[in-house]
Amino acid sequence: MIEAIGLTKHYGSTVAVDDLSFTVQHGTVTGFLGPNGAGKSTTMRMILGLDNPTAGKALIGGKSYVHLGKPLTKVGALLDANWIHPNRSARSHLRFMATSNKIPVKRVDEVLDIVGLSSVAKKSAGKFSLGMKQRLGLAGALLGDPQVLLFDEPVNGLDPEGIFWIRNFMRNLAAQGRTVLVSSHLLSEMARTADHLIVIGRGKLIAEASTADFIARSTRNSVRVRSPQLAELRTALGAAGVAFTEVPGAIEVTGAPIEQIGDVAGAAGVTLHELAAQAGSLEEAFIQLTGDSVEYGTSRTAGTGGYGQQPLGVQPAPGFTGPPSAGAQPNSPPPISPPPMGPPPMGPPLTGPPPAGASTAPVAQDGWDRR
Amino acid sequence: MTLLNVERIKLFSTRSPYWCLAAIAVAALGFATLFGLVEQGDAALPYIFLRGVGLGTSIFMVLAALSVTTEYRFGTIRNTFLAVPRRPAVLAAKTALLALMGGVVGLVMAVASYFLAKSLAKSPPVPLQLTSWDDWRQVVGYGAIFAIAAVIAVSVGTIVRQSAGAVAILLLWPLVLEGLFSLIPTVGEKVGPWLPFSASDRIVAPTTGIANLFQPSGNGPNALQGLLVFAGTALVLWLIALVLLQKRDA
Repeated sequence: MIEAIGLTKHYGSTVAVDDLSFTVQHGTVTGFLGPNGAGKSTTMRMILGLDNPTAGKALIGGKSYVHLGKPLTKVGALLDANWIHPNRSARSHLRFMATSNKIPVKRVDEVLDIVGLSSVAKKSAGKFSLGMKQRLGLAGALLGDPQVLLFDEPVNGLDPEGIFWIRNFMRNLAAQGRTVLVSSHLLSEMARTADHLIVIGRGKLIAEASTADFIARSTRNSVRVRSPQLAELRTALGAAGVAFTEVPGAIEVTGAPIEQIGDVAGAAGVTLHELAAQAGSLEEAFIQLTGDSVEYGTSRTAGTGGYGQQPLGVQPAPGFTGPPSAGAQPNSPPPISPPPMGPPPMGPPLTGPPPAGASTAPVAQDGWDRR
Repeated sequence: MTLLNVERIKLFSTRSPYWCLAAIAVAALGFATLFGLVEQGDAALPYIFLRGVGLGTSIFMVLAALSVTTEYRFGTIRNTFLAVPRRPAVLAAKTALLALMGGVVGLVMAVASYFLAKSLAKSPPVPLQLTSWDDWRQVVGYGAIFAIAAVIAVSVGTIVRQSAGAVAILLLWPLVLEGLFSLIPTVGEKVGPWLPFSASDRIVAPTTGIANLFQPSGNGPNALQGLLVFAGTALVLWLIALVLLQKRDA
């Protein structure tokens, strides 16, 4: 379990991390999300004792990293795959780390085998491709067979094959019951891997929720309906008290489950050509959520406004800023359609607990936990 | 011991220490050969033909400083601190390894150069014999100089954290800075010999017979005082490095 308690980091007058508190639960994959420059890496470095916090502290299993004792056997981390000496062989790189924590040298060959680098173990790490360096970094994180793992943007810059490999790798780790904190600036990536999400922007906590809950709440969910008898359908929907909007050649229904629309149409004897749930893009939701906390955003009114005068402006997605159709349909949660996750290779499924779990904590008006 | 072993693995799993050690051997033995052969060894005084070993001190300081600065250059210092979060222990292990290695390298190079020159020189100005402590001091003193210089280099490397800066400081300080200081009238003459690297030279400087040749004014520390000044400088720099290492972000 990882706990951040009021973590704060100032660099001169710049506040990189601002009173950040969160908890990473045991045995989960937690996504640590935020735009570039939000303070993800700084937070991870403070958790690992590399940077000294200006205020607050970070604990791993109740202890600060410095006091863990043989830390590699408890916490594994891959923050930057380029932290290698170019002329040192992969094996020597792992050997010095293993020796420092009294890990037997045969474990070095084991982890090299796990990440598939056995054949290049004696080669200089400087000649490795980024994907290979990433694997070497993972091997280093796994050396002590730790229960807690931290990865900082592990798929950044990797080709699709590398991304696929890392993603499966993290799922395997989670399936083995390990606690994983993985940072990313890509929500869609995290949606595939993480159970929980911690979202930060400009060093501040924006949201802490389960992934399914997060996606359900932050994406615009509507149902697109096409019919040759649109006029009849409008009447029927109006009679049923279902709100809809006109779009070219179709209508879009928000705030009503897809089943209800089908029932209404069927009861009215209306032929439907299309009845499709539309999930809003995760990127849209993410930008919406973190839009005003982008460190180096582009000005929307470039040329007229001053540099950086306005934060990255995005039109609020319907249903995002407040609870879905406030008051109108209290008993109809928008259909949750998380992206396909596929069965994990082993162990419990990676989908988080049902959204209900998140509502035990005090939540703000819009449903986000803003502790 | 574990951490000493870790530092040993790190140091010898890269190429630069081998190059540096080879360069030190070439400088030390080359100088000894030169003075042993020229004019049948007419100028083969230990203080002179061991200058090559003295040059080796600078090379060894570069090696010691790089052992720290390359860790910062390539980010491996973070791997090191992730594995061993107690930073003072890391600095102590690194310093101990390089001081130990320096002591051995300085001693071996000086003794080897001495016997090489002795075997080559047909008519040395004074008989090349190791009888008194004073004779021994002029040879084995290099072990102490190397070891202390290594501590200074590791400290400077830790303080400035980048190779070019550390190497520039370590080369210019003894060769230029202290040399220029001694040119200042009155003060330079009095204080100059007490500056760390000038003082370190007294550890191996002759005090009898031909001593006047190298110590015209008779000012400055004796061998023991020189050792203490040099070691004291190393200690102060090391403590500064330790404080900064604890305070700064890795």
